[in-house]
Amino acid sequence: MSAQSAGRTDPAPAVYGLVLSGGRSTRMQRDKAILTYDGRSQLERAMALLTPLVARAYVSVRAEQQNEPLRARFAQIIDAPGHVGPIAGLLAAQARHPEVAWLVLACDLPLLDAATLTCLLRARDPARVATAYRSSHDGLPEPLCAIYEPRSGAALAAYVASGNDCPRRFLRASDIELLDQPEPHALDNVNTPEEYGAVMAAMRSPASTDLRRLTVQYYAVLREQAGRREESLTTAARTPRELYAELRSRYPFSLAPETLRVAVNTEFRDWSTPLADGDRVVFIPPVAGG
Amino acid sequence: MRIFRFIRGPIETDELRRELADPSCGGYAAFEGWVRNHNEGSRVRGLEYEAYEALGLREGERILDEAVERFGVTRVACVHRLGELEVGDLAVWVGVSAPHRDEAFRACRYVIDEVKHRLPIWKKEHYVSGESGWVNCERCAAAPVGASHEHAEGHAHTR
Repeated sequence: MSAQSAGRTDPAPAVYGLVLSGGRSTRMQRDKAILTYDGRSQLERAMALLTPLVARAYVSVRAEQQNEPLRARFAQIIDAPGHVGPIAGLLAAQARHPEVAWLVLACDLPLLDAATLTCLLRARDPARVATAYRSSHDGLPEPLCAIYEPRSGAALAAYVASGNDCPRRFLRASDIELLDQPEPHALDNVNTPEEYGAVMAAMRSPASTDLRRLTVQYYAVLREQAGRREESLTTAARTPRELYAELRSRYPFSLAPETLRVAVNTEFRDWSTPLADGDRVVFIPPVAGG
Repeated sequence: MRIFRFIRGPIETDELRRELADPSCGGYAAFEGWVRNHNEGSRVRGLEYEAYEALGLREGERILDEAVERFGVTRVACVHRLGELEVGDLAVWVGVSAPHRDEAFRACRYVIDEVKHRLPIWKKEHYVSGESGWVNCERCAAAPVGASHEHAEGHAHTR
């Protein structure tokens, strides 16, 4: 918000960050906050991503977790008594600073990237109750990587007072800004030892060098069917043929590959062209110039 | 001299024509493609063009190079509109100058034909009925596997 515009319109409230670490990790059977990826705990990783982007960053903890050594390293907000789950952390944060917007983040998102957070902040609409991503799995709002505006406080308090505690259902019933994720898997969470093992294996195994990060651009009918112009994604697809098959499982693409052409890095290429990390891929629907 | 461009505003044909003037040329041919008010039995209200511009510029320049190489013409230019157009608007312009008329005509025809088949540009027609559709794409979706769009004939104009 620039100094010039501040005189005419109210500046948007500041954004504080809250990483939720109070979960009981019952399915994981171990404290999820201290699970490490690449030698760094999930909690440290989440705080490192969030801290540079917000005015202040806190860790949300249950009262009995205050002195746990990892959590003790960060500014804390202790759960509101009498509530459980993520909503307890958000209520406590809003009680402490009702004047700011809270970017709430689960700590168990090992694939979360900075782009997902910066896109959320950039697209934030302070005139609404919240700004959140649409889940790439079920299309519903993702409550634990979302910005809750100050105006959400009263509504949330009323929602909880009427006996509810599901933040996702709260968002579904509220006037929110709903965004597409720039990286569809960034909010995949890890709840079980099996899921942890799978992510660790993907990060470590020689096969992980066979994953590549690509940018895909969509045009015309494919743009409309994908609901986006561009995305970056991490994929095991080795060729445009495999990539299109993968994308077709995610989007309602009506066009068969036989009707499309492919461009890689701004040149027409064959469907079996090997894809490399950093490549930019475009699927070209039947053209109609002139 | 070769000019290939996408443009969002109206195409200034007088300026382009002046760019093609050359003392060695005795022939000049130009083609204008206009937005037509009907296509395949539907009444067309207007349309929009969307292009993959980075690749489109490369492919467009390649087409112009081929025209010069094949027909020995002197200057060639092509400008294609993007964005929303109304019936009667100039959608695409091709101009060629050459020592003699025959190669100018043939190169002009070559450029517009190749542009229609090769340029990564898409046309969405808006119909009087209120419906709209991507030309060549809606039918391809229903076409059996193996059908090629290269022979589809769903152009709204310039035919």
